[in-house]
Amino acid sequence: MFGIPSNMPSSVFDELWRLQQEVDELFGSWSSPLGIRSLPRGSFPAVNVGQTPERVDVYLFAPGIDPKSLEISMQQNLLTVSGKREVRAEEDTDYYRQERFSGEFRRVITLPEDVDPERVQAKYADGIVQIGIQRRESARPRQIEIH
Amino acid sequence: MATNTEVTRRDASAAAQASGGTSAQRAQSAEAPIRPPVDIWEDKDGITLCADMPGVSKDRLNLRIDGNNLIVEGQVQLELAENAEALYADVRSGLYRRSFSLSGELETGKIEASLKDGVLTVRIPKRAELRPRKIEVQAS
Repeated sequence: MFGIPSNMPSSVFDELWRLQQEVDELFGSWSSPLGIRSLPRGSFPAVNVGQTPERVDVYLFAPGIDPKSLEISMQQNLLTVSGKREVRAEEDTDYYRQERFSGEFRRVITLPEDVDPERVQAKYADGIVQIGIQRRESARPRQIEIH
Repeated sequence: MATNTEVTRRDASAAAQASGGTSAQRAQSAEAPIRPPVDIWEDKDGITLCADMPGVSKDRLNLRIDGNNLIVEGQVQLELAENAEALYADVRSGLYRRSFSLSGELETGKIEASLKDGVLTVRIPKRAELRPRKIEVQAS
């Protein structure tokens, strides 16, 4: 995910780098069946979803939007995000390229079934909407002690 | 939640120390960069370029002129938990990179850029003496 120079040995950084490599591998080796609600690659906004035993984090790559225009809703484990991005079209100018998305968008993301729709937080920074959803404690893996 | 600020900060400073070419080579060997989508338009005073680079903050943006080329580079920073694993990923690279060749009538020394909510806007003015002039046709 993040390109790290490998020619600067440092035990702490090497460890972080190794962890990052593992995340890279996980992101890169995504090959499960296609989600029924998934959109083709290149759709706006791009989505990444990460999980830990405690929470699920959804990242929407949505630059240049007004976060107030976003509608985020959860129904059980189904997350729906919709909104609008108006790319200002200049008048009396010649466009050479218009590759950026403009218009309305909607994405529906199926999350793991143990997420708690009551405990959701969302924030917007540097063009990324991050939605964090806590998982139910009962579903977390537990260490079972042997007496 | 832990951020990977340390990791990327180190990367950014290394990129700053190294020459431009080194960081580009490293990016190529490490991961395939994303080509950010752009809008480019021209008016009588110059050319404006807008690029979508979500996840890039100002200190992780690298905008430079190399010879006749304008090079746009940026590192994505996501707030990831340490033990996070990916469930789904549209975005599989942490680097944006795209370059454009400029032409001589553009004033590369007066380029202005701003970054807001992951959108980079670059304004490249034309040299004043080379701005198009309307040529009046004299009635004979």
